[in-house]
Amino acid sequence: MSNIPDDLKYASTHEWISVNEDGLVTVGISDHAQEALGDIVFVELPEAGASVNSKEEVAVVESVKAASDIYSPLTGEVVEINESLLDSPETVNASPYELGWFFKIRMENEAELDDLMNSESYSEYCDNE
Amino acid sequence: MNKRTPLYQQHVNHEGKIIDFCGWDMPVNYGSQIQEHNSVRESAGIFDVSHMTVIDVSGEDARGYLRYILANDVAKLDKVGQALYSAMLNHDGHVLDDLIVYRIKSGYRLVTNCATRQKDLRWLIQNTDGFRVSIQEKSRLAIIAIHGPESITKCCELLSTENARMIRELKYFQGAEAGNWLIARTGYTGELGLEFIIPDEDAPRLWDQSIELGVTPIGLGARDTLRLEAGMNLYGQEMDESISPLSANMEKTIAYEHPNREFIGKPALIAHSELQKAGKIPVLKGLVLEKRGMLRTGQKVLTDSGEGLITSGGFSPTLKHSIALARIPVSSSSCEVEVRGISTPVRIVEPNFVRFGKRVFE
Repeated sequence: MSNIPDDLKYASTHEWISVNEDGLVTVGISDHAQEALGDIVFVELPEAGASVNSKEEVAVVESVKAASDIYSPLTGEVVEINESLLDSPETVNASPYELGWFFKIRMENEAELDDLMNSESYSEYCDNE
Repeated sequence: MNKRTPLYQQHVNHEGKIIDFCGWDMPVNYGSQIQEHNSVRESAGIFDVSHMTVIDVSGEDARGYLRYILANDVAKLDKVGQALYSAMLNHDGHVLDDLIVYRIKSGYRLVTNCATRQKDLRWLIQNTDGFRVSIQEKSRLAIIAIHGPESITKCCELLSTENARMIRELKYFQGAEAGNWLIARTGYTGELGLEFIIPDEDAPRLWDQSIELGVTPIGLGARDTLRLEAGMNLYGQEMDESISPLSANMEKTIAYEHPNREFIGKPALIAHSELQKAGKIPVLKGLVLEKRGMLRTGQKVLTDSGEGLITSGGFSPTLKHSIALARIPVSSSSCEVEVRGISTPVRIVEPNFVRFGKRVFE
């Protein structure tokens, strides 16, 4: 059974989204996703400053099993990336919701948050997958 | 209902992630595949490989029969306990299976793959005409491998003084029978280590005692990356019933020393050899991608001599970059592979990457 914190939102492509007090959102991949991927060996991140659209491929994780695209759950500007993942990709396995975050976005359209799932819906979504 | 080995409960106790492997419930990892891999390169790991097939061949013609059935020559096994790696070919000279044959007191013991069990037994029985042999599947034997630089030391702690002395003296591909146990210096990792072929009921105790000594349980995931680093073939990937052993880096396991020895597939192999010289059948090489990115099983590659195929590819935890085995045209000198849409050069090397924890290719 994977860990699905109830203070986060989730995309159907298994990213989690945390809306921070400063108005920025942090994006990572869920415990369910890291578990399914297995040991992660490479992470590619977008560039800070890049403009991204929601549902656009912006990052890649390669695990011992497969390569998987990471989609931006929201439209906006990438303001910070977690560069430590480039040297220590295994952080995503060890700490998917804390140290293993991928990037932060300044979102353009708050209404897009309504398209995301809460923890309950995401939990059901994972069970049915 | 899937089959289970006598160590299934052990895998569950260690929180193994159980997957279906050719109809068997087997652990793919117990948490982190990479940590398991590194344990075998740095200390010692224990593997349950009881899903593999054990077949005993006995009878007065056992030797002559196996000299006919196998591409390697069991005449090389002049002492009980010795082991030999061999291909079993069909009449087209293609690979029906690869196996290890041990000489044992009662005759010979074959350890073949899991997925090929029924096919192998059918083939072995089909070809007994004219030989006085008995073919018997030993389904109640478990196989445990303990591998890694500390494996022999750890195993010595587990065994009686007499057996400990015996295994210390074993050379690579040598084994010995101790009662109804067969212990041999064989394996699939490129490290020092032993394989124990033992009665099912003895397996849990050997497993539990090894874990108590600090040996790490290793799942099928790490077993695959270890064998890939060691450049060892996996049946169904590097070779199958449409592939010549000459296209699977198995030339050295074909025994032509006795010109009068006929074995199944020999005439076809002689033809393959000519075809390969003419560049008409491919060769197995290693590929190395030293920057970020991954070579994946089943990917096509393009060399200066034509197209090729990655038969096994992935991340090497020891080297920290991607490696692969690939069937490519014989005279290839450069190679490119598409890494997420971008054509990327990769190096062609001999198909052997890591031995005894160290990188071995140029």
